[in-house]
Amino acid sequence: MRPYTDQESDDSRQLNLESGQKALTLKKYDAIVIGAGHNGLTNAAFLAKAGLDVLLIEKNTYIGGATVSLEVHKGWMYSNCSYVCSLLRPEVYRGLELAKYGLQVVPYGGNVTLSQNGDYYGSYIDPDVSRREMARLSPRDADAKVRYDRDIMRQCRFIRQFMLHTAPDPTSFKPRDMMEMFQMGKALLKLGEDVIYDMMRFYTMSISEYLDEYFEHPLIKAAKAGSGIIGSAMGVMSPGTAYVLLHHAMGDVDGNIGAWGFARGGMGAIAKAMDDCFQDHGGETMTGSGVEQILVKNGKVTGVALENGNEYHADVVVSNMTFPRTFLECMDAKDLEPEFIRKVKNFKIRGSSGKLNIALDSLPNFTALENNPELIKGDMHLIDSVERLERAYDDWKDGSWSKDPYIDMLIPSLTDPTMTPPGKHFMSVFVQYVPPKIHGKDWTDTQRDEFGQTVINQIETYAPGFKDRILHVEIRTPRELEDEVGLTQGNIFQGELTMDQLLFNRPIPGYAQYRGPAKGLYMCGSSNHPGGGVMAAPGANAAREILRDLRKPNSVPEGWLDD
Amino acid sequence: MTNDIIIIGGGHNGLACAAYLAKAGKRVTVLEAAEQLGGAAITREFAPGYQVSAGAHLLYMLDKNVRKELALESNGLAFSQSNMKTVALAEDGDHLVIANNSAQGAGITDADQVALQEYQRFMTRFASIIGRLHNRIPPRIATKNSSDLLTLAKTALDIRMLGRDDMREFLRIAGINIYDILQENFDHPLLKGALSMDGILGTNLGPRSNNSVFTTLHRLSGLQGINMPRGGLGAVSEALATVARKHGATIRTSAVVTRICMQGDRVTGVELQDGEEISASAVVSSADPRTTFMGLLGARNLEAGFVRRINNIRMRGTAAKLHLALDGLPAFKGLEAGLLGERILIAPDIEYVERAFNQVKYGQHSVHPVAEITLPSLHDDSLAPNGKHVLSAIIQYAPYDLKNGWASQKAAFTEQVIDLLEQYAPGIRQQIIHQEMLTPVDIEREFRISGGHWHHGELAIDQFLMLRPAPHSAQYLSPVDGLYLCGAGSHPGGGVMGSAGRNAASAILKATQKDERS
Amino acid sequence: MSGADNSGMIKAIDFSSKDHYRTKAFPSPFFTRQQAVNELQEWGRWADYLSPRAYYCSSMEYFAARNASAVFDLTPMSKYRISGPDALPCLNRLVTRQVEKIKPGRVGYCVWCTDAGQVIDDGTIFHLSEGEYRLCSQERHLDWLLTNTVGFDVTVSDETHMVAALALQGPTSCATLKAMGLEGVENMKPFDIEYFPFEESQLMVSRTGFTGDLGYELWVEPRYAEALWDRLFEAGKLRGIQAMGDEALAMLRVEAGFIQAGHDFMPAHATVRTTHTRSPFELGLSWLVDFDKPVFNGRKALLEEQARGHRYNLVKLDIDGNKPANDSFVYTTGKKLIGTVTSAIWSPSAKASIALASVKTPHGQSGEEFLVEIYYQKELKWSRVMARARVVSDVFFTPPRRRQTPPADF
Repeated sequence: MRPYTDQESDDSRQLNLESGQKALTLKKYDAIVIGAGHNGLTNAAFLAKAGLDVLLIEKNTYIGGATVSLEVHKGWMYSNCSYVCSLLRPEVYRGLELAKYGLQVVPYGGNVTLSQNGDYYGSYIDPDVSRREMARLSPRDADAKVRYDRDIMRQCRFIRQFMLHTAPDPTSFKPRDMMEMFQMGKALLKLGEDVIYDMMRFYTMSISEYLDEYFEHPLIKAAKAGSGIIGSAMGVMSPGTAYVLLHHAMGDVDGNIGAWGFARGGMGAIAKAMDDCFQDHGGETMTGSGVEQILVKNGKVTGVALENGNEYHADVVVSNMTFPRTFLECMDAKDLEPEFIRKVKNFKIRGSSGKLNIALDSLPNFTALENNPELIKGDMHLIDSVERLERAYDDWKDGSWSKDPYIDMLIPSLTDPTMTPPGKHFMSVFVQYVPPKIHGKDWTDTQRDEFGQTVINQIETYAPGFKDRILHVEIRTPRELEDEVGLTQGNIFQGELTMDQLLFNRPIPGYAQYRGPAKGLYMCGSSNHPGGGVMAAPGANAAREILRDLRKPNSVPEGWLDD
Repeated sequence: MTNDIIIIGGGHNGLACAAYLAKAGKRVTVLEAAEQLGGAAITREFAPGYQVSAGAHLLYMLDKNVRKELALESNGLAFSQSNMKTVALAEDGDHLVIANNSAQGAGITDADQVALQEYQRFMTRFASIIGRLHNRIPPRIATKNSSDLLTLAKTALDIRMLGRDDMREFLRIAGINIYDILQENFDHPLLKGALSMDGILGTNLGPRSNNSVFTTLHRLSGLQGINMPRGGLGAVSEALATVARKHGATIRTSAVVTRICMQGDRVTGVELQDGEEISASAVVSSADPRTTFMGLLGARNLEAGFVRRINNIRMRGTAAKLHLALDGLPAFKGLEAGLLGERILIAPDIEYVERAFNQVKYGQHSVHPVAEITLPSLHDDSLAPNGKHVLSAIIQYAPYDLKNGWASQKAAFTEQVIDLLEQYAPGIRQQIIHQEMLTPVDIEREFRISGGHWHHGELAIDQFLMLRPAPHSAQYLSPVDGLYLCGAGSHPGGGVMGSAGRNAASAILKATQKDERS
Repeated sequence: MSGADNSGMIKAIDFSSKDHYRTKAFPSPFFTRQQAVNELQEWGRWADYLSPRAYYCSSMEYFAARNASAVFDLTPMSKYRISGPDALPCLNRLVTRQVEKIKPGRVGYCVWCTDAGQVIDDGTIFHLSEGEYRLCSQERHLDWLLTNTVGFDVTVSDETHMVAALALQGPTSCATLKAMGLEGVENMKPFDIEYFPFEESQLMVSRTGFTGDLGYELWVEPRYAEALWDRLFEAGKLRGIQAMGDEALAMLRVEAGFIQAGHDFMPAHATVRTTHTRSPFELGLSWLVDFDKPVFNGRKALLEEQARGHRYNLVKLDIDGNKPANDSFVYTTGKKLIGTVTSAIWSPSAKASIALASVKTPHGQSGEEFLVEIYYQKELKWSRVMARARVVSDVFFTPPRRRQTPPADF
């Protein structure tokens, strides 16, 4: 496929604002969407599909937000933010005909957790092999996994039905909210008494305690615990982390719940397909200048003013930016209630992860893997025990990056031939924990490089000679994520996934139905229910609410039910 | 002789349960293993002439209903000190004193004062939601039982009645951690440190651990000021025992139950250490759930899924107890003498508290522990010889399952704690006549609480209400006919409330009536 | 690793090495012999092992079992050794039946349940010798068994790969074993266990099987597996012995009315949808539930269920016509949907279309008539029939030789 990068953003359908048009009063749109990340694109595409005249504004010269592939190093496509795909709702995939617009998601099998003693715990595509691998470490755990999978699947089945639904407000007496609450209650009761108890426990326990109820082997527990903290400002021993695991387990590839895949061409391929769909339905994407301010008059939005001085008008403005960025940076404080501003400021969006994107001259050789051709194709984690994971979190609490970090590495080029020149490789290294600030102060470039070195040294100990294969490294701390992609404090989920920021609490109580504090103002980013990950559900749900308010026919699919 | 009901354990919940059952006309025998009644609500000698509340040392939340219905005040319960203030010690001697919704000293700002009032307001309101649950038998979910549905409806209504804004705030914060809430509201480090202690004392949580808002609310839920009974906490147990006896209950001490006997599906009585067997139509255990089910009843008499649930209960104690017999009053740097009798905290800031917690996660004790200190002899001269004093402190964190065991590390830990005190009260080391440190392992041994956890199981959302101690035993019943629970391991947990004993009595009366009818 | 080493001796499989992933399914200890007679080379996978679906023609293999004798490799069955002073009370708490009734040297069929009284699996308990038991089942249960040991002085170990096993089923099975030199084997009653000297070791024989016919199961250390196969086929040569694959066995067990996990019920420990499991009563196994013994897993729930009534009945259906009723819906004669077929075949011995079906109570009384919706195709033309079916109480095929002791010599 054609690389989709800033160097080549020559698509004639896109207006290039760099060319310096004078501030003109342009035509009035039906809706303006701010931010061409996957949720902004999804939102814009569904609105356009419903017949609205939509303008999508992106501050960067490329689209995708954190769902992006960039040629950062010549010849290499980096999925330099998000890097794998599972949560993307199939209903959105189909509703926007992403296949028609060129998207292909390829499942990858397996993952491996490498321990310091040279052993590992692998997970394979073949379920029998996977089970035997677990039995190699603990025969009891291999059998307990049946029970574990059953219990996790019960939680997945329950939560999946609320992804493409607007969360009802439990304090509301509106018939719609009460009906939705009633439906939720009904779905809950259907689970039966014991499963409800298990669910209450699951949502409030730490992933480490939860795993203790199933498994005995430290490596197996460590391998599973990792997904309980990805993107979160909690440790594996913090209550509430079991839910975060669910957030990573509830996606699917082709109905295989919990499976993960690569978007062929990198994550940018998702954004590109969405954008193509959007433009096919008459939408206009404008890159290169961000929004300076969302314009409000008499409590109603009227449009946006861009950093380049242009103003565009619409009665509907949808923000895909993070919750704090939308209200603290792009709105005039006088248009908002002080109490609302206080709550925005209290929104928890602490970043905890960083990333290294590495161009490799050749495939690294992980000593423990003994050239296992299967395990190197999936996620590779460097961790031995829950305790080691927790200690990584202690460093973050103290305001520093983990000296012994948790790493989730992937080499997508082993699966996707479009990422690199033949024989070369791209390695995506997701790292936790990395704080938004170092001991309360902004990151310096030196610190960023030291952090990168910490990670590379860590990998080197498992794969001697790794350093020598490196051709180029891009190091991304929360600072880079915020500066480049606009993720406040570098939080990858646009807001932490804790009980106070889930469902009707996300982003804050009273504003969980995608409507902002001004008339015509909407929010469609991952700061909203059901949260982050390349899921596209907030974008879709917000579009449904907007169309509802505009009394337009709905173009947004409801969730498919798992039976 | 067949007793109607045997109660295992003469702690405050066992005694409260006994009092209620006896009052209802049941023949009740309480069997206490120790020589002295009271369980963890006890006053005992720890050095010749020095008495201390060896378990709990302050009374926060004794159930109002228990207090009134059993007329504890007319049966001997009196207070030597009520509505105690909280003093948050600062190392530089510029301490913070918190009392009646306001804080003084340590350069506290007006903004924090205002925030404190608002914090107390909403926390007290939210705590009342939890408080109202204390006297309800936890409902089962998804049953068609009308009393379960009624309880659920009442609770839903309680939450609704908060009004829209407070209800939203309640639903937002109930599941998260006190660190975030305090950071949202306050600036002053001492204030945050001190308030965070409400969420972490007696738990295996740090301020940043989710659940710590819940534990804070739990502590505030029945709060009637911070009080000290005359004669120590043992006075509560004695008053309860007096009432129970008045209603005809038999109370035996040094009666160590070793086994709960069963025939078929039914409990038939208990066996004591000396071989004596006592038969009963019902056995009520105020012991912790693990001791009751795994120890006294035996896993083999239970279905395996239930055994798994009991084994999964988290009950690792993290609080140690330090008792010092002092030659005179200690002098805390910068603390006026008038404040020595208050509740004194060492928790200089919230990060300090969190760091103290860090080690416990890895099976180590805190290097710089936090402490809740009282000097009960200031209010009650019966506790120490004239001119001498008793210091009682809860020290955290000291894990039950310390790596390499307590035997080799207890002395060093005690020294470390005394060093800590010395830092704030220079010269205190020289005043020590006698010292006693109870680690969770000692607490387990002395009070027969498995894990040495004073709540008989971690107090957390996943171990509360219908999940406490575990499903299928959360209504004070058990899977075994005739076996009931009335201890802190059941809803609503520990903390010298007596609610578990009271609720259990009503559940038992309901169940036995049903038995008699059928 | 596994498989044949240089000496040709077969050892128990072992996947303690990292590179086990190279093998997706392991050869059974009988593999070399199976391969030699497997004309179709059609291998399926059963647990960790390669398992022949059929050797040359599943229906002919079926008739070998009903007419002569057929050999089936059941090594992949999960086998757990349960021993120690509390082995009996521990098993008694695990399963729903009275285990003390299974005397040393006897085998007993049993089911075990969750606390909610839902069936986890069925299997057989072998009382090998005083206080030594083997539990044999299709699914794996180490986690549940170890959970069940809490509070008991008992050890549980997985011996699945340490024991190779063959089923020898059919009218000439006894004669074959006699010809093999197993003296006195004819005196074994159904569910008896006997030990015979074999090579330098011991051969355990149980008069058990999954075919409802005369038959035995033979248990031996994996290193003697090939010798066992060879001697069996040598002795059975003139008695029509043949190897039999999974497909033939599936037919035989339905005729015998035996249920199977994953077909006729879902193992409760693996079932996500809680209402999709079944209690023993709902599988027609109330005879295995003994409330006269004290606590066992599921007791309380099953007592409640007994008082409240069951949701389903598992019934045997005799269906009109000659079309097998696989995956069919079951209706009342008034066309009300009441259940589904769980297993179905055309029975070559009963000459009838037969099925096991799960129907909602109160339906399922003996003699009750249903309609079964059958889809079938002839030369790609699909047809649907609503075939009449009757609930029968007897198993479809149960020859007297199944219980006869000593069995006839042919």
